[in-house]
Amino acid sequence: MIFGADPGLGEVVLLSLKVSCSAVALAIFFGLPLGAFLALYRFPGRGLTIICVNALMGLPPVVIGLLVYIIFSRAGPLGVFGLLYSPSVMIIAQLLLVLPIIAALSRQHFVDLWHEYGDQLMSLGSNRWRAVPTLLWEGRVNLVTVGLAGFGRAIAEVGAVMIVGGNIDHYTRVMTTAITLETSKGNLSLALGLGIILLLLSVFVNLGVSLARAVTIRQGV
Amino acid sequence: MCRIVFFYFFSIFILFYTLGISEVLAGRNIKLATTTSTENSGLLKRLLPVFENRKDIKVLVIAVGTGQALKIGKDGDADVLLVHDSVAEKEFMQKGFGISRREVMSNDFIIVGPQGDPARIKGGRDAVKAFKKIYSNSIKFVSRGDDSGTHKAEKRLWETASNILPWNVTSTSWYNEVGAGMGQTLNIAIGMGAYTIVDRGTWLAFKNKREHIIMVEDKETLHNPYSVILINPNIHPHTKSEDAKQFYDWVIGEEAQEIISEYRIDGERLFLPNIDIYK
Repeated sequence: MIFGADPGLGEVVLLSLKVSCSAVALAIFFGLPLGAFLALYRFPGRGLTIICVNALMGLPPVVIGLLVYIIFSRAGPLGVFGLLYSPSVMIIAQLLLVLPIIAALSRQHFVDLWHEYGDQLMSLGSNRWRAVPTLLWEGRVNLVTVGLAGFGRAIAEVGAVMIVGGNIDHYTRVMTTAITLETSKGNLSLALGLGIILLLLSVFVNLGVSLARAVTIRQGV
Repeated sequence: MCRIVFFYFFSIFILFYTLGISEVLAGRNIKLATTTSTENSGLLKRLLPVFENRKDIKVLVIAVGTGQALKIGKDGDADVLLVHDSVAEKEFMQKGFGISRREVMSNDFIIVGPQGDPARIKGGRDAVKAFKKIYSNSIKFVSRGDDSGTHKAEKRLWETASNILPWNVTSTSWYNEVGAGMGQTLNIAIGMGAYTIVDRGTWLAFKNKREHIIMVEDKETLHNPYSVILINPNIHPHTKSEDAKQFYDWVIGEEAQEIISEYRIDGERLFLPNIDIYK
């Protein structure tokens, strides 16, 4: 039913993965150091910053989409780049969506890790700053879960990518916006089929990561 | 440890890739902001590949309500528009956002409703009369409520049919503004067993009609012309006005007009082309 009806399906699935994976990778890139920083360093306004980051986890994707739209529209401050309605700006929107999740959840992990290894590291002559790579490495298995939480949020959202991507066929159409479109055409069965594929996709990604994790733990590397 | 370093290099690579990905993917292209009806009816799927093959210019379609499409054009986020709200279009042109505008095709709006027909308007040929009946009996009606061309046309109808405008009454339970595109609005109207107004193209292509049928056709009052508008490159120098002009000329030309006149769903013609010989 699904494969026969839409030859462009592979393209849509691929773009979904490309956009969300890139966004999550970038969010990890920026989010983990931020999480570590918030967990290990004391600075004025730290409590407030943590509350803000935690609160941002609940920000609706449409709001992010709207903000990114306003910024990247030709009428907006970053309009000169002409990125609106492109996959790039979709990645940026999802990055902003996922970043608070990565930062907030990893902060908690770093707090726990510091409780566990902190004294030991300090006695070995390390300090808080130098401890970060070690903590990252020791906590990698749990931090993967943080990445997965971010990925789940990114791959499932429709509000932001719809606004900034414009759901352009063969260019910015992803799984969720395709589902919205098919629903609006009254193609409910096709929309549902796409939904099932999205679900399977999510299952496969989680399965893959779980396997990788199991192997890592067994090898004890 | 070196894996972390590796990961960080990989992330930087993705960052650069992100910023470069779009242009590479797109190739030579123009952006067309248009109404949901042209895309949902399937017309663009028939029309655009012919143009793309002929001129080797890809058309990236952003399908939104006419109100939003005009806003996108005004901000310079699209190169060419295909919209249906002549009042707003003229204002758009007057303010200089567009450099040229031409009518491309037309169809008509229809009033659809549940087979039981609680408002007793089935088979009517007078849209205003039908709206009056819905209004006076407070029969459930779903409105787009999104400033689209269809929404504007519907509002103009209420202005002639009722003395108190239904969207100004806060306590109405029968008038529902849903703020959604045409297809979503139809889904809601069908779910609620309510009446709504829809362009014929979207209705014919719509797959979830269930018990809903056409109630009123009124080709005169409910005439629905579509125009193509070229964004003014003097205001937005970054727009791809030359390529967009090629699309503009092509869509009002013979080849496109013939495709429009031949486009049918279930044997029924969706759009009337603008060139007389193909009508």
